[in-house]
Amino acid sequence: MAVDAETVRRIGKLARIRVEEDEVAGYQSELNAILGFVEQLNEVDVSGVEPMTSVTPMQLRQREDKVTSGGHPDLIVVNAPLSEDNFFMVPKVVE
Amino acid sequence: MTDLTKLNLAATRDGLKNRDFTSLEVTEAYLSAIETANPKLNAYIEVTAQQAREMAEQSDHKLNSRDGGPLEGVPLGIKDLFATRHVHTQAASHILKDFKPEYESRVTQNLWDDGAVMLGKLNMDEFAMGSSNETSHYGPVVNPWREEGGNKDLVPGGSSGGSAAAVSSWLCAAATATDTGGSIRQPAALTGTVGIKPTYGRCSRWGIVAFASSLDQAGPIARTVEDAAIMLTSMAGFDPMDSTSADLAVPDFAAAVERGVNGLTIGVPREYRMDGMPEEIEKLWHEGLEWLKAEGAQIKDISLPHTKYALPAYYIVAPAEASSNLARYDGVKYGLRVAGKDITDMYELTRAEGFGREVKRRVMIGTYVLSAGYYDAYYVRAQKVRTLIKRDFELAFADGVDAILTPATPSAAFGIADQEMNSDPVKMYLNDIFTVTVNMAGLPGIAVPAGKDHRGLPLGLQLIGKPFDEETLFAAGRVIEKAAGGGFEPSDWWSA
Repeated sequence: MAVDAETVRRIGKLARIRVEEDEVAGYQSELNAILGFVEQLNEVDVSGVEPMTSVTPMQLRQREDKVTSGGHPDLIVVNAPLSEDNFFMVPKVVE
Repeated sequence: MTDLTKLNLAATRDGLKNRDFTSLEVTEAYLSAIETANPKLNAYIEVTAQQAREMAEQSDHKLNSRDGGPLEGVPLGIKDLFATRHVHTQAASHILKDFKPEYESRVTQNLWDDGAVMLGKLNMDEFAMGSSNETSHYGPVVNPWREEGGNKDLVPGGSSGGSAAAVSSWLCAAATATDTGGSIRQPAALTGTVGIKPTYGRCSRWGIVAFASSLDQAGPIARTVEDAAIMLTSMAGFDPMDSTSADLAVPDFAAAVERGVNGLTIGVPREYRMDGMPEEIEKLWHEGLEWLKAEGAQIKDISLPHTKYALPAYYIVAPAEASSNLARYDGVKYGLRVAGKDITDMYELTRAEGFGREVKRRVMIGTYVLSAGYYDAYYVRAQKVRTLIKRDFELAFADGVDAILTPATPSAAFGIADQEMNSDPVKMYLNDIFTVTVNMAGLPGIAVPAGKDHRGLPLGLQLIGKPFDEETLFAAGRVIEKAAGGGFEPSDWWSA
């Protein structure tokens, strides 16, 4: 499977990374090099094989359903590029 | 007084306990070495001199009253991937510009609880994506090693290139590092240092900037096998904040170092004999087996048939997880923001400017293999292959193998801005060909310096162990370290 220029633009949209027109060809050839490399996985017979979900046999722990931290919104926003009254500020999203 | 920076971690710890010197003296010695060397090596991207001195003074206070932890007063370097409270934590990425976390990673907290002193944050490949430390926003790290008689700058490997270079050039007693596909073991091999990636779950991932969560593990880079064992004992441990942290007691790894290999069975996987592998690597591998045999180990040929599929499967699984983990960098919560005409525009421009080329490439590959219509063909298939890779190891261990010996890397250090590596991403990825299987199977692996190539550059061997049996790796690694006979110290050209 190889990606074309249109697919590169679409992936950029999905990944929310602006791909400028003069970058498309470069990404296309790099992505195709990687996809060409992983192509060899098709040689492997995987019939009846379970996909790995956990690399060590473990059960995910559960904890009591209660609040264990919080109450410090000032610390949450302290690294934000833009905040006001402990809210993250973003460009307007609804008209 | 002897140069305190030349003492290994164990000797530093003992000297501090005996009050032969103070932590403040060792710390000042390192800070002054960093000041001289760093403009040339670029191993540190943030030096926390003030904090280091304060921590050293507190340690001296404790040591004076015969108190203190196992690492009391020992100065360490910390990879920039570890969250350190109120200190530069940016994964060497521009997108985390000015980020200073309000919390401390579990691994670094464990080290401070044991008395260690932080010298600063170490350079690395951006988001730990790279094998040469050239993808860092802060520029490449220079390997302290040069070819005999040469003066060309070489890479220290990656992604923990700053950690490996700092340890090898005496800019810290030991360093923290992380390994997703070989990022501890490959730079250790390229700098003549010891690096261990423990079993997945041994060290908590809490507070480590996530790259590929099912593969990421923290571990140390140190100058000796014993130093690495001391470091890992302090770094490891159960942590309820990481849902994949193993609820197991941490052994005293240093106690296993001199255990020897008598009666152990060492596996030699035939699939690691790659076409075009340099003869000197093949020879070193053979030598390593002879050393282990001479100490009473049995050598056994084994087969790990899915080895060649580990790297291609990795380049689906790791980018897929990365594309998901890195979705959080959106210009809203922390780091860089580039203004746009609306919110989507802002996301796209922020991520285009904040991420470097390699990171963008991997996020895009990950996005593609997870996208509708391709998920089964790529991601699910890769996870099935991963099951097979792990099964290969399980069968070998069930067949009586205690540990597996392989080369650590396909070559010694290469030049910075190497044409061949930079023209084809896959060429660079092949650096991890011997290490990546270990991450895919969640196993522990250690790289130990074992010899040099024809240019006088260090080469490492890798030992792979059973889950949670790092002790055998330290014991066997020590046998190789002893037999190799030392001499893994670069000649100092950077202080001149």
